[in-house]
Amino acid sequence: MKNPIRDEASAFRVVFLTLGGAVLVAVAAWINTWLGLVVFLVLVAAGFWAIRGGMRPRPPQVHVVRDEGPARRILVVANETVAGSELHDLLGQKAADVAEEVLVVCPALNSKLHTWLSDEDGARAEAQDRLDASLARLHDAGIAARGEIGDGDPLQALEDALRVFPADEVVVSTHPPGRSNWLEQGVVEQARLRFDVPVTHVVVDLGATT
Amino acid sequence: MSAHAEAVSHEHHGPPPANRSSRLDPPVLGMFLFIASEAMLFGAFFTAYFFVRVVNPGASTVDAERWQHWLPCKEALVNGVCQAGYYQFPVFVAGVNTAILITSSFTVHWATQAVKRGDRNGLRAGLVLTILLGSAFLLTQAVEYSHVGFNTSDGAFASVFFGLTGLHGAHVFIGLSLLTISAVRAFKGHFSPEHHHGVEIPGIYWHFVDVMWIVVYFTVYIL
Repeated sequence: MKNPIRDEASAFRVVFLTLGGAVLVAVAAWINTWLGLVVFLVLVAAGFWAIRGGMRPRPPQVHVVRDEGPARRILVVANETVAGSELHDLLGQKAADVAEEVLVVCPALNSKLHTWLSDEDGARAEAQDRLDASLARLHDAGIAARGEIGDGDPLQALEDALRVFPADEVVVSTHPPGRSNWLEQGVVEQARLRFDVPVTHVVVDLGATT
Repeated sequence: MSAHAEAVSHEHHGPPPANRSSRLDPPVLGMFLFIASEAMLFGAFFTAYFFVRVVNPGASTVDAERWQHWLPCKEALVNGVCQAGYYQFPVFVAGVNTAILITSSFTVHWATQAVKRGDRNGLRAGLVLTILLGSAFLLTQAVEYSHVGFNTSDGAFASVFFGLTGLHGAHVFIGLSLLTISAVRAFKGHFSPEHHHGVEIPGIYWHFVDVMWIVVYFTVYIL
């Protein structure tokens, strides 16, 4: 969902959109009262559609400024699959023979109902439990990893993390196709478009592991 | 500082720090939520307005003319019919007032853009002009009230008219107060291209007040 008054400049645009809409409704109502009502309803629907994302234009690419430090920085975004063997194996391979720094971000997935009507405490607590288990396994494997709970939107969680952790590579861990909401939403493809860092996708089949 | 005092100062009190996403600054989010609540308040008044205008049983059946001219009759109705004619809205004056308020949106936008460019004179001029235009709006509305010819007690329509436009006028006054504080701070040199929330947030509020007036003007005076 887009916030139509993100800053003063966008609020300024809303003034003129409202003025244009009001003129349209007034002209239509002058022709016929019911036509005015129809135009009003169409404009309200168009407004909601635009706020909901409209034609969803490609988001601006986020440029990641990487430091020239000795350690290779890997940013991992995973939620339910954060403790999966496939993810840990991949991180083990990437960390072999290089100094590495790994940040695991676990988005606090919350239902829309909870987001609007309640809080995200429960979602964050569950994400924290999974993150703790994953970090313990990574430490046991000798990988220097730390973790954070991120925004419920995985792409936003990535963007937030990249601002404070300019990574050399991003790893997105998901369930297999057909069971993964993130794959359904095209999170991996959108991450590749949005961030100018290499994005590796790893599939974790929790059912096969257990 | 003693060791005990140092330990106490490092102790964390209260709830954990809130999770902060980069999508929106907290002050802007606060103003956004405030405006959302304000929009609901105006929504309640518009609901009352449309209810009175559409559902009023006397409007469409007893006196067809009153349905078209929903303002109060100048004298008491005779057998449910207005003989003396209805009061008229000063549509032109209100239109000029609308133009004044829309112009003030330009000036507050100019002020905000100026502070982002580091142009302090532009910021000050933009804020002062906005305050002058906003004051002109309020003054014109007060004059309109004194000449409109009916009062809050002259029926439901009159009550809703004064309620809706008065509510908006109160918001203009609040916006002017916020902008005055911003202007005083601007003259004291408080804002910079990096730190200008004190201008941006009243600016958002001012645009909201403009949007509400456009809706009020077209709903009450034009439709």
